[in-house]
Amino acid sequence: MAAFPAILQSEWTKLRSVRSTLWTLGLAFVVTLGLGALISVLANNNFEDFAPEGSPFDATGTSFAGIILGEIAMVVFGVLAIGNEYSSGMIRVSLAAVPQRATLLAGKFAVIGAVAFAVALVTVFVTFFTGQALLGVHSTSLGEPHVLRAVFGAAGYLTMICLFSAGVTAMLHNQTLALGVLVPFFFLLSPILSAVPKVKTVAHYFPDYAGQRMLLVYQESGQPYGPGQGFLICLVWTLAALGGGVLVLRSRDA
Amino acid sequence: MIELHDLTKRYGDTLAVDGLSFQVPRGVVTGFLGPNGAGKSTTMRMILDLDRPTAGRVTLDGRRYGQLSEPLTYIGALLEAKAVHPGRTARDHLLWMAQSNRLPRHRVDEVLELVGLSAVARKRARGFSLGMSQRLGIASALLGDPEILMFDEPVNGLDPEGIVWIRTLMKGMAAEGRTVFVSSHLMSEMALTADHLVVIGRGRLLADLPMADFIKQNSRSAVRVRTPQPETLLDALHRAGVGAEPGPDGSWEVPDGDLAFLGELAAEHRITLHELSPQQASLEEAFMQMTAESVEYRIGSGEGGQDRPAVGPAGTARTGPAQAAPAGAWGSDWQARKQKEN
Repeated sequence: MAAFPAILQSEWTKLRSVRSTLWTLGLAFVVTLGLGALISVLANNNFEDFAPEGSPFDATGTSFAGIILGEIAMVVFGVLAIGNEYSSGMIRVSLAAVPQRATLLAGKFAVIGAVAFAVALVTVFVTFFTGQALLGVHSTSLGEPHVLRAVFGAAGYLTMICLFSAGVTAMLHNQTLALGVLVPFFFLLSPILSAVPKVKTVAHYFPDYAGQRMLLVYQESGQPYGPGQGFLICLVWTLAALGGGVLVLRSRDA
Repeated sequence: MIELHDLTKRYGDTLAVDGLSFQVPRGVVTGFLGPNGAGKSTTMRMILDLDRPTAGRVTLDGRRYGQLSEPLTYIGALLEAKAVHPGRTARDHLLWMAQSNRLPRHRVDEVLELVGLSAVARKRARGFSLGMSQRLGIASALLGDPEILMFDEPVNGLDPEGIVWIRTLMKGMAAEGRTVFVSSHLMSEMALTADHLVVIGRGRLLADLPMADFIKQNSRSAVRVRTPQPETLLDALHRAGVGAEPGPDGSWEVPDGDLAFLGELAAEHRITLHELSPQQASLEEAFMQMTAESVEYRIGSGEGGQDRPAVGPAGTARTGPAQAAPAGAWGSDWQARKQKEN
């Protein structure tokens, strides 16, 4: 058996040595922070328009407004990190070096997950503090109930969406196809379906809707479940995608 | 040692590899020869456990490839030169490979030096020519200092200088006691490098023998004689105890004939000669004959040869060697004649 630490080291070298993959992480940071800061400034200046009637103002959620764009960058990162092996034919070189396919892919997922979580953590904390500074008197702090959980939830959400995408890419073993399926799904299909009556009861169990429950400080009315269950549903999706990726790689000719 | 046991691979209706069994001998260069589409690359992928056999198995010193720990230290392979991420530098490409098999970092610089890529080590593979990519692929095969090297069509698309370089490298590796298994569709190339020969056609084993034996069996020479007095010539030859066979355009051919003897014989009998020339059957021709026959057999046997997609030997046979060889060229039908004699 190839040693797992050796595989982790090797996969880390692969990840850090391709610039385009790293740029998507930088992009995730920039758009999450930038859009969050922008919305925070707008909310502070036009507070009456932003404050919902009858429920408290969610300062945390406002500063995280950019996550809907940041998650797309994270999806692209997850897809590229797996998919570039297939687009270049390098998967055969990788499997010749490490023929234990499940171990190889597990190492890959572990490195992608660790890198995504580290970047997500920095992103959400910088975004949170920047947003709160810009919200002025309407800001909140980590000491308020559920706020710290929401901030960690945001980082966990971005990481799981990234790993889910990586798993789906391994199942489809095609970078272009994976991007073509995942980006429209997260950007268009899921948000639209979540708003359509009746269909939304199904859409509420999609990984992104479920994962986004982790970011909420206040319970919205008409919400089917809370952050804990949201986390579990998103986790199940992620593990299923990763497991599916392993099964496909193991059974297929490379 | 690489051993194939009844290895079979089927893609849908196409039988790419058909009950292949042979061993790759240790410490020599073995040429793995066959027309395009004969199943060479599929076989090599199955050796590396990349493609799963439909039936049969490959063992490497008794183990499956998937059971090897740190396989790069045992077998180094170059399958596709372009299987490198275009955005990664040559050095980083070798570095991740080295790390995955716990090879020391200095090996990366050593093999880059060995293949002459040190100057472009920090350049991204995107800008590499085919020759440079091929060198990088060979560097990755040598990385683990393995006892077995496997190359799939390493000279394809290379300039003459690159071809000579690879040829020298393979011979050098075998001289160090390594096993080299190299595929090609060019007999002429293999004649220069290989010590042993495995020939396949349409996924089936056609020959497995030392190169020297193949040359002995297949390199036939003859002297072609053309004269306006054939009866007198044949008579003289007969009396001298020399056999002759009819050649093209009314000429006669003396197998393994001696030019000087035949010239003197003609002068002695005052026979006018219009031609007295040595003829040599190339190994390439013998190889094409061998593979073309396998194709004809398959098509003629009615095993669905006609309705198969026109890839591989079938396609080659229709447009390639059998027809391409000029009709009546010397030696073009000797295999058939030899079989009749046997």
